[in-house]
Amino acid sequence: MNFRSSVEIITEWDIVAARQLGRNEAKKAGFGTVDQARITTAISELARNIYLYAGKGKIEIERVSEGGAFGIKIIASDEGPGIPDLRKVMEDGFSTSGGLGAGMPGVKRLMDEFKVSSEPGVGTIITTKKWLH
Amino acid sequence: MPQEVGRQYKEIMKKYLESHSEEDLYVGQQFSRRFIEKEIAPEDVISIHKTALFELHPELRNEVWDSLDFLIEMMIHYGLTLREHQSLIQKQEAIQMEMNVATKVQDTLLKTKMPSVNGLDVGYISQPAKQMNGDYVYFLNHKHESGVAVADVIGKGIPAALCMSMIKFGMDGLSDENTSPRNVLGIINRIVEKGVDDSMFISMFYGKYNSEDTTFSYASAGHEPALHFDSRKDVFTELDAKGLLLGVKPDAEYEERSVVLHDGDFIAMMTDGVTETRTEEGFIDMHTIQNLLHDVKDKTAQQIAEYVYNHLASLQNYRLSDDFTIVIFKKEPEQV
Ligand SMILES: Nc1ncnc2c1ncn2[C@@H]1O[C@H](COP(=O)(O)OP(=O)(O)OP(=O)(O)O)[C@@H](O)[C@H]1O
Ligand SMILES: [Mg+2]
Repeated sequence: MNFRSSVEIITEWDIVAARQLGRNEAKKAGFGTVDQARITTAISELARNIYLYAGKGKIEIERVSEGGAFGIKIIASDEGPGIPDLRKVMEDGFSTSGGLGAGMPGVKRLMDEFKVSSEPGVGTIITTKKWLH
Repeated sequence: MPQEVGRQYKEIMKKYLESHSEEDLYVGQQFSRRFIEKEIAPEDVISIHKTALFELHPELRNEVWDSLDFLIEMMIHYGLTLREHQSLIQKQEAIQMEMNVATKVQDTLLKTKMPSVNGLDVGYISQPAKQMNGDYVYFLNHKHESGVAVADVIGKGIPAALCMSMIKFGMDGLSDENTSPRNVLGIINRIVEKGVDDSMFISMFYGKYNSEDTTFSYASAGHEPALHFDSRKDVFTELDAKGLLLGVKPDAEYEERSVVLHDGDFIAMMTDGVTETRTEEGFIDMHTIQNLLHDVKDKTAQQIAEYVYNHLASLQNYRLSDDFTIVIFKKEPEQV
C-alpha cells in the first residue's frame, strides 16, 4: 500500500527532480507550506551530497504510517566512498560551507528522525522521516 | 500555542494596516520578541504572516501568496543557521562550565604553602592572562631553608596548565638531600623531558634561602633573571645562571650561584609576563621594573609584589597579555 517513488541522482539536474518529487509527495501527504519547504530542503542537501561526494546514487520517497502517525520517509543511498568520520560530520559547524547551518546536522534538524549508516568503500545510506503533527 | 501567537499577530498587523502609526509598529516590535522566546523559526514567522494576511485580505492577487511561499523557501537556511547558532552557544556555555571546574581543580591540585623561616619575608602574586595559569609557583620548606620554584610553561592556557601538575609532583617527590637548586632543576628536567611532548618547553628559576648563613642560592633553566636589591649600595643586580630550558635534553646541567642577603635586601623572581609587559608604547624595560621595586623597597614582600602587579596591570588596562607572576624574598632582621 505504501507508495514509493525514486529519483536517480547522476547529474545536478537530478537534484531538482528529487526536490520536485519530494515537494509533491509532502503536499499530497498533507504537510503545510513550511514543512514542504523543510522536507524539500532536506532532500536537496542529501541529493547534493550524493552528487558531490558519491558521484551517483538514489533518493527514494515513501509515505509511512506508524501507530496512527502519518508522515514521509526519505532514503538517500549511494555506493560511493562512504563517510569516514560520522561523528565529526554530525557536529555543528563542521560542514565545508562552515556555519551556514546546512549539511547533515541541518537535515537532522529539518526532519523528525534521522539515521545514517556508512561504510568506507561500500557506500552510505541515510534514512530520515518527518511526521505530520 | 502557535495559533494563539498567530491570532495576536493578526490583530496587531490589522491595527497597523489601518493606522500606519509608529505606536503600532512599536507594539509589533515588542510582540516580535515572543517569536524569539518561543523559538519560532523565521520561515514560520512568514507563514504566520501569510495566514494573517490571507484572513484580512483574501482578495489580494496570487502573486502576493506565491511570493510569500517563495520567501518561506528563502528563509529555511536562515532558520537552520539560527538553530545551529543556538546549539553552538549552548555548547560554549557547557565548555565554560567545565573550564570553571578545571580551574578549581587546578587551584586545589597546585596549592602551595608559603614558607616561614626566621628572617625571611615572602610575598607573591600569580595572575593568569586567560582562565588557566601557565605560570607556576611552588614553595619547598625544609628546616632552616625556604625554596621556591617559579616556572613558566612556554605557551598559555589549558595545555600549559595541564603540564603544571607534573612539576608539582616532581617537586613533592624530591628527597631532602636533593634540594640544592642545581639538583632540583636537574631532576625536574628529567621528569619533564620524559613526560612532555617535544613541542612543550618550560623555563624555571629555582631559588633557596638558607637562614643559617643568610645566603640565597639559585639556578635557572632558561628563565628570566631575578633581581637582587642590595640595600646597602642601593643598587639592583641581575641574578642569572646558565642552563637549558626544561625538557630539551635529558642530561642538561645547571649552574648554581649564590649571594649573601643583608637586612633590607630582597630578591624579585618573575616570569616574562612581568618583564615583557606590553603597553601602547611597546615593551617596558628592566629599568621600569627596578624603579617600581625601588619605590616600595621598604614595604613588606607582599606589598612589593602587589605594587608591581597593580602598576603593570594598569599600564595594560588590566588586560594581561601573558600570565603574570612575581615572587619576593625579603631579608628582614631575625626575631629572637
Ligand atoms: N553521500 C556521501 N558520501 C561520501 N561522503 C559524504 C556523503 N555525504 C557527506 N559526505 C561527507 O561528509 C561531509 C559533510 O557533509 P555535509 O553535507 O554535512 O557538509 P558539506 O557537504 O561539506 O557542506 P554543505 O552541505 O554545508 O554545503 C562532506 O564534506 C563529505 O566529506
Ligand atoms: Mg552537503
